[in-house]
Amino acid sequence: MPSIAKPIAQHPSLKKNNLGLTVRDYEGTMSTLCAGCGHDSITAAIVRTFWELSTPPHMIAKMSGIGCSSKTPTYFVSGAHGFNSAHGRMPAIVTGANAANRELIYIGVSGDGDSLSIGLGHLSHAIRRNVRMVYVIENNGVYGLTKGQFSASADIGSKSKRGEANRMSPIDPVMLALSLGATFVARSFSGDKEQLVPILKAAFSHRGLALIDVVSPCVTFNDHVGSTKSYLYSRQHQYKATESDFVPPASEIVAHIGSANGHISEATSVTMHDGSVVKFRALPDGYDPTDRQKVFSYLQERQGKGEVPTGLLYLDESVSDVHELNNTPDSALTSIPFEKLCPGNAELQKMLEDFR
Amino acid sequence: MPPTVEPRTSTRVNDFAVKLANVNGTGSASANGLLMQAMFRMGVPVTGKNLFPSNIQGLPTWYEIRVSKDGYNARALDYDLMVAMNSQTYARDVKEVRTGGYLLFDSSWPLDPDLNRDDIHFIGIPLAEMCNIHFNDPRERILMKNVAYAGALCALIKVDMKVVEDLLMEKYSGKEKMRVSNQTALKLGYDYATKHFDCPLPFHLDQMNANADKILIDGNTALALGCVFAGATVAAWYPITPSTSVMDAFKGFCEQFRKDPETKRNNYCILQAEDELAAIGMVIGASWNGARAFTSTSGPGISLMNELLGLAYYAEIPAVIIDVQRVGPSTGMPTRTQQGDLMICAYASHGDTKHILLFPANPHECFDFAAKAFDLAEYFQTPVMILSDLDIGMNDWVVPRLNWDDSYQPNRGLVLTKEQIEELPKFQRYFNHDENFVAARTLPGVHSKGSYFVRGSGHNKFGGYTEIPDEYQEVVDRLLLKHKASAKFVPEPIIQKRAGAKFGVLTLGGCDGAVREALDLLEDRGMPADYMRVRGFPFSDEVVQFLEDHPYTFVVEQNRDAQLRSLLMMETPVSKDKLRSVLVYGGFPLSARHVIEGILSQLT
Repeated sequence: MPSIAKPIAQHPSLKKNNLGLTVRDYEGTMSTLCAGCGHDSITAAIVRTFWELSTPPHMIAKMSGIGCSSKTPTYFVSGAHGFNSAHGRMPAIVTGANAANRELIYIGVSGDGDSLSIGLGHLSHAIRRNVRMVYVIENNGVYGLTKGQFSASADIGSKSKRGEANRMSPIDPVMLALSLGATFVARSFSGDKEQLVPILKAAFSHRGLALIDVVSPCVTFNDHVGSTKSYLYSRQHQYKATESDFVPPASEIVAHIGSANGHISEATSVTMHDGSVVKFRALPDGYDPTDRQKVFSYLQERQGKGEVPTGLLYLDESVSDVHELNNTPDSALTSIPFEKLCPGNAELQKMLEDFR
Repeated sequence: MPPTVEPRTSTRVNDFAVKLANVNGTGSASANGLLMQAMFRMGVPVTGKNLFPSNIQGLPTWYEIRVSKDGYNARALDYDLMVAMNSQTYARDVKEVRTGGYLLFDSSWPLDPDLNRDDIHFIGIPLAEMCNIHFNDPRERILMKNVAYAGALCALIKVDMKVVEDLLMEKYSGKEKMRVSNQTALKLGYDYATKHFDCPLPFHLDQMNANADKILIDGNTALALGCVFAGATVAAWYPITPSTSVMDAFKGFCEQFRKDPETKRNNYCILQAEDELAAIGMVIGASWNGARAFTSTSGPGISLMNELLGLAYYAEIPAVIIDVQRVGPSTGMPTRTQQGDLMICAYASHGDTKHILLFPANPHECFDFAAKAFDLAEYFQTPVMILSDLDIGMNDWVVPRLNWDDSYQPNRGLVLTKEQIEELPKFQRYFNHDENFVAARTLPGVHSKGSYFVRGSGHNKFGGYTEIPDEYQEVVDRLLLKHKASAKFVPEPIIQKRAGAKFGVLTLGGCDGAVREALDLLEDRGMPADYMRVRGFPFSDEVVQFLEDHPYTFVVEQNRDAQLRSLLMMETPVSKDKLRSVLVYGGFPLSARHVIEGILSQLT
C-alpha cells in the first residue's frame, strides 16, 4: 500500500465544524486506487461524515483487513490510529480492541473477499456479539489486487472481464446479517453520497455493530457489460427502499426537521442509544424498518425481481452490545489502574487456603 | 541390551507407588483425588498423575499416586499396589505390579484364572456387592464403589481416616446426603479391609511435615491466577483440551477478585472466540490498545494462530499466548502430554520470525511466569508464548506456596504519554530505539499527533509502507537484534553441578523431576552429571557456556524430533556432535527410568 502524502491545501473559505476543523483535516494520504474506483467515493463520504459529526480524529480507530477496500483507511483521517491487519481478521482485531477500549470510535472497512470469504466467520461472530462499530463492506463482486477472480458476492450469471459467467450462488451481506441477528443493516451505492452520509451518521450512533454494504464498482475488473456490479447496472437497478435522515441529539432536532424538504409526513423514527434520532422520510407501504421478518421478506421479494434495494434497511436499538453482555465498566478497561486489578499478596495467601 | 539401573523403589514407609485402573466417567477421579489430597494433608510428599482418555464415559483411565519421602515427583513405573477396577484393562494392569506387590480387585466377580500371578498378592474386596446392599440408586452404587476402595486403601496403606473424613465434610458441606453416602462407603471399604487383611501393608504412609509451606495446585489454575495478578483484563480463547481449564480458572478468579465492589461491573472481559484465528486477533487488538491481553490454547490452536503471530511480531504488538501442549501432530492425542510445539512456537508464522518462549516446569513457575510474560511482551512489543503441557497443566502438583511481590509494578514498556507526544516534532513509530532495539509506541485515543498506521505489510523505520530493499531490511534486522537482546531478560536457566561430572544433561519444562531423580540415581552408580534446565528462549550466554563446558550433553525432551536439541543447534554456536538426545514422546509423563535408560544406552 504505497502512500503518497497529500498537500495540505486549506482554503480560508473552508467551513469549520464544532471542533474548528475543516473537511481537509479529516482527509488522509492520496488514494492509490484506480482512477474512478467506487471506493474513493466511499472514502469521501466517510470524510464528510466525520467532519459533519465533529468527531475528534484521535478518538477514531480505522480498522481493515487486506484488499483494495482495506487500503482505504490511509485515505481518511490522518490523525486517527489505523490498523491494517491480516486478510479477513479485522472483525476479530476490532472485537479485542473494543473490549480493551470502548471509548474509541471504530470504523472497519472491508471488502467482499475480506468479509464474505476468508473472514466470513469473523464477520458473523462480530455481528452475533454486536461489537459496537461501523462495518463498511465495499462490495464489488471481484478480487481486484489479484486481478479479477469472482468473489463470494458475485451474482449468478454475472460475467467476468474475460466473459466467464459465475455459477455459484452469491452471499448477500445484507441477508446474511439479517439472518445472524444484526441490529443495523444498510445498503448503499458508492455513487450516492447523499444517501450514504446520513446512513454513516446513524451508524456511528448505533448501539452495536452497524453493517453497511456499499456496492462499489471496480472500474478495472468488474465494470463491463454483463457484470451485475458495474456502475451502469448498479444505477439502473438501485432501488431506494428507504430514505432516512439522521438527527443528532437534543436541541438540534427542530432545526434539522425544518431543513428537510417537506417529505417528513408521518415518518417512522427510531431513537438511537445516544439520544439521536433516525427519521425515515420515505418507506415502502407496510415496511417497518424495525421488523426483521418483514424487512427480510421485502428484500427477498425485490431482489427476486433483480432490484438492488438500498437505504437504512433494518434497525434495532434494543439489543445489548458486547460490553453490556460482559457487564464491563462504562469507561475503557485500559483506564483501570493496576492497583485495582491486582488483588495483592494478602488476598493470595487467603485464597491459597483452598489449595491445601 | 544396555545395562540399566533399577530406580529407587522400596517397600518402606512413605516411599511407594499406587496405580488405580478405572473406567472414565464413573466417579473414580473424585475418589482418587480425595486420596491424593488426604496424603498431602498428612504432610507427605506426594504426586498424582491422571492418565485419562479423550472421552467422556466408558474408556480406560488410570491414576497414579507416588509417595516419596525424598520428594521425587516424577512417575514411578513400578507399582507396589494396583487397584484394578477395569476389567477391560485387567490383563495389562496385572502385569504392571512389581514382584512382591499387591493387587486390589473387586471380588464380587471371579478373576480370570489365566491372568493369575504367583509372585504378587491378591486382595479381593466385594466392592460391588457391598455397594449394592447399602445403596439403592444405580448411579450411586457405581460412584460409591470408588469411595469404598478409597476406604480400603485407608486401612491398607494407612491414609488417615480423620483427614479423609474432614475432606468429605468440606467437600460436601451443604450436600448432606452425598456426605453421608460417601462416609458410609468409605467405612464399608475400611472395615472390610481391616477385618480381612493384615493392615497396614509393608509399605504405607506415616505422618510427616513436609507440606507446611506447600500447596496442591495444577498448572492451568496457577497460570490463570498469574494472569489475574499480572493485571490481564482481556482474555480471548477457543475451547481446547488441555488448556480449557486455564480460562475456566481465570473466569473463576475474576469473579472473585475483579468485580468492582462499588459498581458491580467486571473489570475484565473474557471473549470466547469463534476459532483460534479470532482469539489471537482479539488479543492483538486489545494489546494494541494497551490492555494486558492473553489467550490460552494447545498445539492445534498454535497452528491456526501462526498467521497473526507473524503480524504481531512484524508490527510489534504485545501478545501473551499460553500453549498447554498435547500430543501432535494433527489432532494427535488430546489428553496426553508432549513437548512437541517448541519449533512451531519458536518460529511461528511465515517469513523470518522468532519469538520469545518461556518454559515453566511446574505450577509454581506457571504462576511466576505469567507476570514475566506480560512484562516481556509489553517491553519487547512482541508475542510471548508460555509453553506448559498437559502434565503440568492438568495434574495436581505439590509446590511451594505461591507468593506475590506487592512491590511489583507492571513493565508497560516504552509507551509515550500525551505530554511526550505533544513535545515531539513528529512521531515516527519505529525510528528511535533503546539499547534493546525497542522503539516507543503510542496508544490510540491519546493524541492525534501520535497516530500511525499499523501494518503487516512492508514498512520502513518510520512506519510507512515500503517496498525498498534497504528500508525493509533495516526494520527486520532490528527485529532480529531485539530478539537477541531479549535473551538477557527471559528467566535464567537452573543449573545444578556435581563434583566429578563427566557430562551434562539439559532439559526443559516438566521433565525436571524425572531428570533430577535420574541424576541422583546415576550419581549413586558413580556417574555424576551436571544439570541444566532452560527456562526461556532465546538462549542466554549461560546456556551456551554450559554446553561448551561439557564434552557432551544429553538433551532430554518429550518429542520425536529432538526439537530442543534442534533449537540449540540453530541458535547457539555449539557443535551438534556435543548434543545427544534422550527422547520420550509416547504421551505419558516422563519417569527417571526413561532418562537413565536413554543415557546409559548412549554411554560408551
